Amino acid sequence: MPDARERILGRLRAVKPHAFTPSDFSIVETKTWSPAARLERLRTAMAAVRTEFLDAAAHDWPETVRAFLVAQGARNVAYGPATEAGRLLAAACTRAGAPALVPYDRPVEDLKATLFDDVDAGFTAVRCAIADTGTLVLWPSPEEPRLLSLVPPLHVALLSAATIRDTLLSVLRDEGWAKGLPPNVVLVSGPSKTADIEQTLAYGVHGPKRLVVVVI
Amino acid sequence: MKPEAVYFFGTCVVDLFFPEAGLAGIELLKREGVRVIFPRGQTCCAQPPFNCGHHAEARAVARVQIALFPRDLPVVVPSGSCAGMMRHHYPELFAGEPDEAAAIAFAGRVVELTQFLVNVLGVRLTDRGGPETVTWHSSCHGLREMGLEAEPKGLLAQLGNVRVAPLTRERECCGFGGTFSVRYPDISSAMVADKVADVVQSGASVVLSADAACLLNIGGALEKTGAAARPMHLAEFLWERTRER
Amino acid sequence: MSAETGSADFHASSSKALLDPSLRANFRRAMDGLMAKRAAQFPDPAEWEALRSLAASIRARTLAKLPELLDALETRCAANGIRVHWAETTDDANEIVLGILRARGATRLVKGKSMVSEEMHLNDFLEKNGVESLESDLGEYIIQLDGETPSHIIMPAIHKSRQQIARLFGEKIRGAEYTEDVDALTATARRVLRRKFFEAEAGVSGVNIAVAETGTLVLVENEGNGRMSTHVPPVHIALMGIEKVVEKLEDVAPILTVLTRSATGQPVSTYLNLISGPRGPGEKDGPGEVHLVILDNGRSRIFADQEVAATLRCIRCGACMNYCPVYTRVGGHAYEAVYPGPIGSILTPQTEGLAKRHDLPHASSLCHACVEVCPVKIPITQILVTLRKESAHASPEFLVKGAGGGRDRLEDLAWWGWRMAHVSPLLYKAMSLGLRVFGPLLKGGAGPLKAWTQARTMPRRAPRTLHDLASEKGLPDA
Repeated sequence: MPDARERILGRLRAVKPHAFTPSDFSIVETKTWSPAARLERLRTAMAAVRTEFLDAAAHDWPETVRAFLVAQGARNVAYGPATEAGRLLAAACTRAGAPALVPYDRPVEDLKATLFDDVDAGFTAVRCAIADTGTLVLWPSPEEPRLLSLVPPLHVALLSAATIRDTLLSVLRDEGWAKGLPPNVVLVSGPSKTADIEQTLAYGVHGPKRLVVVVI
Repeated sequence: MKPEAVYFFGTCVVDLFFPEAGLAGIELLKREGVRVIFPRGQTCCAQPPFNCGHHAEARAVARVQIALFPRDLPVVVPSGSCAGMMRHHYPELFAGEPDEAAAIAFAGRVVELTQFLVNVLGVRLTDRGGPETVTWHSSCHGLREMGLEAEPKGLLAQLGNVRVAPLTRERECCGFGGTFSVRYPDISSAMVADKVADVVQSGASVVLSADAACLLNIGGALEKTGAAARPMHLAEFLWERTRER
Repeated sequence: MSAETGSADFHASSSKALLDPSLRANFRRAMDGLMAKRAAQFPDPAEWEALRSLAASIRARTLAKLPELLDALETRCAANGIRVHWAETTDDANEIVLGILRARGATRLVKGKSMVSEEMHLNDFLEKNGVESLESDLGEYIIQLDGETPSHIIMPAIHKSRQQIARLFGEKIRGAEYTEDVDALTATARRVLRRKFFEAEAGVSGVNIAVAETGTLVLVENEGNGRMSTHVPPVHIALMGIEKVVEKLEDVAPILTVLTRSATGQPVSTYLNLISGPRGPGEKDGPGEVHLVILDNGRSRIFADQEVAATLRCIRCGACMNYCPVYTRVGGHAYEAVYPGPIGSILTPQTEGLAKRHDLPHASSLCHACVEVCPVKIPITQILVTLRKESAHASPEFLVKGAGGGRDRLEDLAWWGWRMAHVSPLLYKAMSLGLRVFGPLLKGGAGPLKAWTQARTMPRRAPRTLHDLASEKGLPDA
């Protein structure tokens, strides 16, 4: 007896195929900028939706971020201790004694209450970014879990300007995403927002209230 | 390239309610040296039953119209919606019919009046009237099916003494929609009320359109509210302002 | 009045809505804002045309290959660890969801926005079966609090004013004082829902696009509630209609850009969430189980009909309703359907049947404003006319559900009469004369005349018709 799948697919297969024409992607392929212009465009697009930027140098960004967190009143920061960026930040925090560190090095089941109620900031690296729309590409992994960029009210993201690319299409094609993706990839273009109340913009609904991008 | 003659398809609304607009359209064409043929048997493009899904009735009447315009001449129509019906929907209406080819051929010759005046005849107008403020209602089928915008506005722009005060929602439907106006009268009335208020706020003495059905609707509502502005077909307006006295 | 009981009538509901001044003002303001934002995103007409042609071709390709793509989607999802379920009806889909929850003993669920879940009336079903199903999208949360259904597919609470929401929160949320400050209201929702995300035993979401090539579910959002619902609870159940798949990952890029720009006038949404599996080896978070429920609910029937299959290209952007002069004046609830506005007027009669919803295809002046802004070029007005035709006649060649369901013998007679008067020049002349002689006697007291004259004066036939004038002027006849 055919199951739902077979009945549905059977009905679809019984139909003479609809016509289609090949897709012409040129309108989205021709968008390209110079490296300097890419950073500028990204900053403008993200700042328009309340993303904050912190400039830092490649050699001392950990201290810049650490000092920023302390100045913002963050008591602690959650991070991925097995990532290179995480290790560097942790070292700076340990040296200075603040903020406190919350290594996300165990399953969320063992950290959930802390993460939801007691963590002031989450820190992640960024795989690359997109100039067209002002978007960060986050690539959650065992070393850098998903909730770091979602649950704490402040998300600090480390972006290397050299990794900013033109468009989503160029990124997914160049990086061969079609060959297979990890369980989760998330593209972040600003802090959480809504316009559901009289179409009035309000920030910090369920995701982070603040997104700070550290550009090196 | 200017043809020596054209057919004129008046449309039923123009024939019965705005005949001066039809005559004005004919005169505008004749003034450019074009002979205008008006087959007397013409009635209606059959848009009303077509829009309501009564396609057999629509086809019966459309067939009669097609047969009245046999020569390979443009069929000029003073209405964006009727021109749209014949040009874009006759092929679909006659798909699979024995006379499909004739319908397609006919459809290809249909052209809206202002588009013919501007794009084929390159008409140049001399304004002989006094200062006047008008407003323009774009008419949905004309605008969206026939792409009618630059041509009517271009013609108005040629009239030196005419100021066009824009509507705040020029492109919004006036609420006629054929039988929609009597099937959903409350919604239709709300739409035409808004259009009338818009005409009044523009300060124009005349509301112009290239579609007589919209004028029937807007004009009837203007009259009911006692507003001063009056409706006029663009063809009639252009003719009145530019003809030699 | 509900569509399910077969007594929905847009005539009554729309007339009622027109009498509500605050509804009309709210929607007018909201639609004006959404239209302006969308227009600002497409300043270049050539770019817009190229983009929508591309998006339309991607969706057309989906429909051309649909069974093959759904098969591939299932295979890739399964390989990724996503469990795929198929549901022919909304009842089946509800049972599948309940089954997943019962297997885990889950009774507390959080939901991201999903129009398919509205088709399923999922929340009601789950409540009846002892499961708390809480909407987490702010707009959906607001209307759930008030016991309402969405009035717009993108902004579900668009019909509510700030004051109404303030009153609602003050009354229904423990610890919330009355405030009309949007930031304060938002903060309250954040506080309440944060607790719920933490405690939830399952999360439900929709799917904006599913990618067959990679077995990926693509979710678009601004608030973060979607990520919360799909990452935090141990189970994630995604719901999609059979048509929401695309062939390749790269197809996602053009679709997303026209979707966000058309829907809310944003170049991009705050979050783009790509889910290709449950928590992976070594991962510290993410659900242990991810399920995908693929729902038919009448779509395969639409798919089989070449004339209307383009209905299934829809990417649920909502632009059509933002631009619709009818929707703007009556709001979404008047449609008494899951999907309102132009897309609702073609989709609902096809899924519910024309016998029940023949009122909807006529609820349009065919102004084409929707057609002009549809990013996937659905010929909405053409489909409305087709549905009107199939509503008026019962023919075996019509594949639509409930063909002939709107047949009206009186109207048939009227069009027969119209035909007689227009197919013969002689009878046309007689009608024309009749209008001249008897027209002034018509007082407009009943039927269509009454409807016309409620807002307009009766049209008066001109003393001489164009036919008369043409003959007077001696215009050539042939």
